Amino acid sequence: MQRIGVFVCWCGTNIAGTVDVVKVAQTLANEPGVVFSADYQYMCSQAGQDMIKEAVKKHKLTGLVICSCSPRMHEATFRKTAAAAGLNPYMVEIANIREQCSWVHKEMPIGTEKAIILGKAAVAKVNLNAPLTPGESPVTKRALVIGGGIAGIQTALDIADAGFPVDIVEKLPTIGGKMAQLDKTFPTLDCAACILTPKMVDAGQHEKIRIFSYSEVTDIGGFVGNFHVTIKKKARYVREDLCTGCGLCTEKCPQKKVPNEFNLGMDTRRAIYIPFAQAVPKIAAIDEDYCTMLKTGKCGVCAKVCTAGAIDYKQQDEYITVDYGAIVAATGYNPISMDKFDEFAYSQSKDVITSLEFERLTNAAGPTAGKLLRPSDGKHPHTIVFVQCVGSRCSGADKGKEYCSKICCMYTAKHAMLTRDKYPDTDVYVFYIDVRTPGKNFDEFYRRAVEEYGVHYIKGMVGKVTPDGDKLVVQASDLLAGKQMKIDADLVVLAAAIEPDKSARPLATLLTASMDTNDFFTEAHPKLRPVESPTAGVFLSGTCQGPKDIPETVSQAGAAASKVIGLLAKDKLMGNPCVAHSDEMMCNGCSSCEKVCPYGAITYADKEYRMPDRTTKVRRVAVVNEAVCQGCGCCTVACPSGAMDLKGFASAQIMAEVDAICK
Amino acid sequence: MQVNEGFKPTIVAFCCNWCSYAGADLAGNNRLNYPAEVKIIRVPCSCRVNPMFILRAFQRGADGVIICGCHPGDCHYTSGNYYTRRRMSLLFSMLDYLGIERERTRLEWVSAAEGAKFAATMNDFVEQVTKLGENKRLEDLRCKQ
Amino acid sequence: MAERNNMKEQILRTSGVNPLKCMRCGKCSATCPAYDEMEYHPHQFVYMVETGDIEPLLNSESFYKCLTCFACVDRCPRSVEPAKLVEAARLMVIREQGKNRLKPDDIPAQLDEDMPQQLLVSALRKYSK
Repeated sequence: MQRIGVFVCWCGTNIAGTVDVVKVAQTLANEPGVVFSADYQYMCSQAGQDMIKEAVKKHKLTGLVICSCSPRMHEATFRKTAAAAGLNPYMVEIANIREQCSWVHKEMPIGTEKAIILGKAAVAKVNLNAPLTPGESPVTKRALVIGGGIAGIQTALDIADAGFPVDIVEKLPTIGGKMAQLDKTFPTLDCAACILTPKMVDAGQHEKIRIFSYSEVTDIGGFVGNFHVTIKKKARYVREDLCTGCGLCTEKCPQKKVPNEFNLGMDTRRAIYIPFAQAVPKIAAIDEDYCTMLKTGKCGVCAKVCTAGAIDYKQQDEYITVDYGAIVAATGYNPISMDKFDEFAYSQSKDVITSLEFERLTNAAGPTAGKLLRPSDGKHPHTIVFVQCVGSRCSGADKGKEYCSKICCMYTAKHAMLTRDKYPDTDVYVFYIDVRTPGKNFDEFYRRAVEEYGVHYIKGMVGKVTPDGDKLVVQASDLLAGKQMKIDADLVVLAAAIEPDKSARPLATLLTASMDTNDFFTEAHPKLRPVESPTAGVFLSGTCQGPKDIPETVSQAGAAASKVIGLLAKDKLMGNPCVAHSDEMMCNGCSSCEKVCPYGAITYADKEYRMPDRTTKVRRVAVVNEAVCQGCGCCTVACPSGAMDLKGFASAQIMAEVDAICK
Repeated sequence: MQVNEGFKPTIVAFCCNWCSYAGADLAGNNRLNYPAEVKIIRVPCSCRVNPMFILRAFQRGADGVIICGCHPGDCHYTSGNYYTRRRMSLLFSMLDYLGIERERTRLEWVSAAEGAKFAATMNDFVEQVTKLGENKRLEDLRCKQ
Repeated sequence: MAERNNMKEQILRTSGVNPLKCMRCGKCSATCPAYDEMEYHPHQFVYMVETGDIEPLLNSESFYKCLTCFACVDRCPRSVEPAKLVEAARLMVIREQGKNRLKPDDIPAQLDEDMPQQLLVSALRKYSK
C-alpha cells in the first residue's frame, strides 16, 4: 500500500476563491492510502515545496498528489521536488483543480465537489503508480548524411564544423547533385558552379567528412543514437586510393557513345568517365553497361593508359557497416517523366526540352558550351515558348502531381530573362496559370523579366505543340485577351514538375520514417519540428521533405545540422520512461501492436520459456525498444491479449480514475 | 422530450495531452464556463483510450463519455487519432446496439487553440446527455466492488 | 435566382462535373479545335456554370460547335472535364419543354428529296420532348 500525501494549493484566490481547499484536503485525507493532507497558499513557491519535502520525510510518503494548476504548468516542478525529497519523480500526480475546475466554475459548492472528485481520481491513480526510470542509451558520435546534393553537403559541413565526424553517402560518382547541373541561380543570377564547387571542395577536404561516392545505403538497424548502417560501395572498377583524376582514360576510351546523364543525354561521354570537371571526389568510374572490356573482355585501353595503375576490372561491390548516432535524409528530387504529357510533343521533337535540359544548354560547361542552340539542328532559336506547371497542380496521380513544384516560376523567369539578355533578338513567351513568387526579391525579379527584359508573359495554358517542319506550332489560350493563339516556335521549354528521388521510398522503409502520398518525407510537426522526422534520430534536409529552392534548402540543411549536433553533443540519451511494455507471459506474438506502431518501436523475439510441465518452449513475443517508443499507447489498445501496457498511463491506472469519477 | 430537471449527469472526458487537454486548459485560462459534471482524464494520445475504459465508465454509472483528440493530421504521434476514429466508430455503433444511445458517446477534435470550442462542445454534450437522463442500461453488468 | 440555381444544379447533376475543381489555366480552350467557331469558350463554360450565369451560354450557339472530341477532357490537369458540361447543357436544352428547335410546321420547309424521312421523324422526337 502506498503512503500518499495530498497537497492542496490555494493559488492565492485563483483556486481558493471557488474551491473550499480546506474541505478538499480534509475529504481526501480519508481516501485509501492517504496518510497526510495539507493545504497551502502557493504550493509551487519555495516554502510550498519545502513543506512537501518535509512531509515526505516526516510521514514516509511514497506517493504525492498535488491539487493545483494544470500539469502542463507545474508537473515538472513537482517532479523535481519529489526527486529532491528522495522520491521517484514519477510517483507524483497532479489534480488539475485550477484550469479545469476553479476557473471554469463559479459556485463554491460545485467547484469544491468537483475538486474532491478530481483529487480522488488522482489518489486512485497514484495508488497504482510505480517508480519509473528513464532508459539511458549511449550516443555514437558520428552522423550519416544520405545524398550529396547541396542539402547533404551543407548539412555535412555544418555538422563537421561543430566537430563531429560525418559520412556522406552519394549514389553517383560525385557529390554536387542537381545544383551542379544548374547554370545561374535566382534571384541574384550568380553562377551555380561558382558558389557550389567551393563547398564541394570543402566537403571533400574536411578532416571530419568522409564521402562514400557511388554508394548506397542497403540496410539500417538500431535506433536513435545507435544506428547500424550497411553501405554498399558499388564497384567502379577504379581504385579510389590510386586514381589521381587526371582524366586521361576518359579521353582514350574507345567507347564514345554513352549518353551523358550529367547533360541529360544531350551529348555523349566515354564508358570510363568523371561526371564533370569539378567532381568531388575526382575519381573515374567505369560504366559497366557500356564498357567493352567488362562485357567482352577485349579492350583494356584505360588500364594501359593509366599511369597510376588504378584500373581494376575485377573490383566487386563492397559492403561496409558503420555505426551512427543520427541520420539525415537528403535524397533530393528529379523532374518527372514527360511520358504522360505528349500533347507537348516531348517525345516527337528534340526541340521540346525540359527546364533542366535548358539549364544544360545555357551552361558554359554544357553540351553547347553555353550557346543557346536548338538540339535538333544546332541553329539559334528565335522564338522560345516556356510552358509552366507541366505536371504540377494536377488532380489525381494519373495526371501528374497535385502539389505546386514551387521553383518553376522563378527558374522560368530566370531562363526567360537570361535568354533576352544574351539574345535580344529572341522572342520569349511564358505561358502561366499563376505566377507564384513569394520570397525575398523574388517578385521584383519576375517583374524585371517583364518590364526590363520584355518577356511576354501570357496568362493561359498551352494546349498542344505540333512539330511542323523545323517549327513547333504552339497552340495556346490567352485568357486575358480571350483568344486562342498559335505561335511558331523554335524551341519549347517545359517546366516539368519535380518529384522525390526514387530512392527515397525504399530509404524511408529502411528508416521506418513516414512519407506522404507523394513520397516526400513527413516532418515530425509541420510547423514546430520541420526538419525532424517523427522517427527519433532521423532528420530531413532539402527537397526530400518538399519542393524547395536553394536558399530554403540551405537554411533547412543548417537547421537539420543543428538538430543533429544537439543530439550528438549528448553523451547519453535519457528516454521518456512512459513507454509501452509487453508482458511476455501474456503476449501471443500476433503482431497487432507492431502494425499500429508509428515508430517501428516494436519487434519480435523468439524466447525460450519453461512451461509448467517442465518442458521448454520457444515463443514469439513482442519486444518494445524503449529508446524508440514515444509513449502514445496505440499498441496497448490493439493488443488482443492485454499484454501491452503503457507505463505511467497503465490501463489499471486509467480504470481507477474512471472508477473514482463515476462512483 | 422528457425533461430531467435537477438531473446531474456523470460525464467522463478523455483528453489527449497535446491538443485537447491543452484546449481544456485554455478554456480555463479564458474563464469559459462549462458544467462541472465533466471530469477530464488525461491520456497521452486519444489512441490510448481503450474501448474497455468506456465500457467500464458506463458500467460504473457514467451517463456520457466523450473522447477528445487532435485534429486529423495534427496528431502529436502522427497517426494516433486515425486509429481512435476507427475504433470509436466501431465501439459507438456496438454501444448503440447494446442500447446505449449514440448521443451518450462522442468523439471530438479539439486543438490546443480551441478553448472556446472545448467549452462549447462540453456545454452541448452535457445538455444532450441531460436530456437523455440517467444511463441504466449497463446497470446489471456493473462491477461488484 | 432560384431558376439559375436550378439550371446549374441540373447541369452539374447530369454531367457529374465539379467546376470548383477548375484552376482557370485555360488548357481546355488552348486545346479546343473548334475554339474560333465559338462565342464562349470551354474555360468560360466551366466558369459560367460555376457562377450560375448559364442563360447567355444557352442562348449562344457556342456549345453546339463543340465537336465532342474530348481533347479538353483528356488534357485538363484538374480533371474538370468541360466536354461533359457541354453535353449536359445540350441535353438540358433538349429536355426543356416548349423550346422545340424543330416544330411540325417547320418540316415542309426542310423537306428535301435526299433527306431520309427517318431523320426528320427522329429530329422531331428528339427535340420536341
